[in-house]
Amino acid sequence: MITLDDDPFADAVLADPVPLHRRLRDAGPVVRLVRYDVWAMARADEVTRALTDPETFCSSAGVGLSDFRKETPWRPPSLLLEADAPEHDRARRTVTSVLTPKVVKTYRDTFAREAEKLVATLVERGEFDAVADFAEAFPLKVFPDAVGLPAEGREHLLPYGAMVFNGFGPRNHLFTEAMERGAVAREWIAEHCRAENLAPGGLGARIHEAASEFSEEERALLVRSFLSAGVDTTVHALGNAVLCFASYPDQWAALREKPERSRAAFEEVVRFTSPVQTFFRTTTRDVEIGGERIPAGDKVLLFLAAANRDPRRWPDADTFDITRRAAGHVGFGSGVHACVGQMFARLEGEVLLAALARRVTTIELAGEPRPQLSNTLRGLASLPVRVR
Amino acid sequence: MPKVTYVQPDGTSRTVDATVGRSLMQVALDHGVDGIVAECGGNAMCATCHVYVAPERLDDLGPLCSDEEEMLDCTASPRAATSRLSCQLPVTEDLDGLVLRLPEEQL
Ligand code: FES
Repeated sequence: MITLDDDPFADAVLADPVPLHRRLRDAGPVVRLVRYDVWAMARADEVTRALTDPETFCSSAGVGLSDFRKETPWRPPSLLLEADAPEHDRARRTVTSVLTPKVVKTYRDTFAREAEKLVATLVERGEFDAVADFAEAFPLKVFPDAVGLPAEGREHLLPYGAMVFNGFGPRNHLFTEAMERGAVAREWIAEHCRAENLAPGGLGARIHEAASEFSEEERALLVRSFLSAGVDTTVHALGNAVLCFASYPDQWAALREKPERSRAAFEEVVRFTSPVQTFFRTTTRDVEIGGERIPAGDKVLLFLAAANRDPRRWPDADTFDITRRAAGHVGFGSGVHACVGQMFARLEGEVLLAALARRVTTIELAGEPRPQLSNTLRGLASLPVRVR
Repeated sequence: MPKVTYVQPDGTSRTVDATVGRSLMQVALDHGVDGIVAECGGNAMCATCHVYVAPERLDDLGPLCSDEEEMLDCTASPRAATSRLSCQLPVTEDLDGLVLRLPEEQL
């Protein structure tokens, strides 16, 4: 058995996870993390295999470290993320029917207009924080608008997301702090998942309509998945995108030359930085992988981020290259639990990066980027930049 | 190994060896065949791996599942009776000689 003593949830590792990911991949296809008594997989083949075998690697015991069969989760489990077939299929079918590529396309013009507006203001300012003023500002405007949330109270979305994503890790200081900061957000979120608080015609209202076979409480839980999964992830992807382009000016030049590459560029940002770094699964039976026997009932930590930079799968894996074919990364997961909002995220990334590329010649750091530590996500707390 | 041909909208075509068990989307990407975007990586969520199957071979493919059915209504180029999502079609020995036409647009 290959064992490692590292703590993937330690502050220093979360701030710079790449070295650990390399060590994990090189150690072997399956590694035992003794500190948490869990298994880990970090190579593209094994991670993909686990993600696409939900019968063996289940989600209903929770996709965080906590085992729902032994501990009570801090909130009612998600009907999508923390569920298995057949319940999961029912919920997923309902949500995908509301988030089809066709529906997503209907938001394109509105999102593009908002992107132009935001970029124009920022170019005027010249210097700004690419996290607060860009990466947070855009999704926090267009996404709640699309869902049908009122203008007041949106400030609860990020603290709520921070609770959710820190909640997948151990009960460390990040979890405790997120729970404290988010305490007031919980009630607001719960309230705004209810049909009467969602604007007619919005995605939230449409979920309630499409989910007529579900109870009222379950319908609200389905809407909650939008609010948990749709904000922080996109925010981090956009912030990471700006840092990538500030760090690789040649790639910015390549995008400026052809702003229509912005969709592929966003895909590469997701592969390269993996805003969602990890998820757990739980084995339902004894399973042999890479010569290691994992017993039934064990937690397995899947390093999506490490898989996305596995040199066995990606040529020049550690190079940020917007011209590569990034499709097939697992930044949005894979299989039955693959992110249902991924087409929405792509649209947001595409229109915003294209708007920036059309207006901005150079992006420079105007201060040190500060990471935002999270047990699950990789992103920034602040990123001062100067644009010309 | 079964051979599969991908025909571009301009009429040019490529015939490649298709590994049994891979999907027809993966085979196209493995061989660098243009015209299949496959944004979602094969999870029936993006409809950017749309292909038109030669009508006489439709029966050699498995039936449409509900996900594929729904996604085919979201293709960028018009859906036809012969439309399929290549990510949902696993290669079998029976598919030898299959011809797939690629649509004008995928996005
Ligand atoms: S690759 Fe996305 S639907 Fe086939």
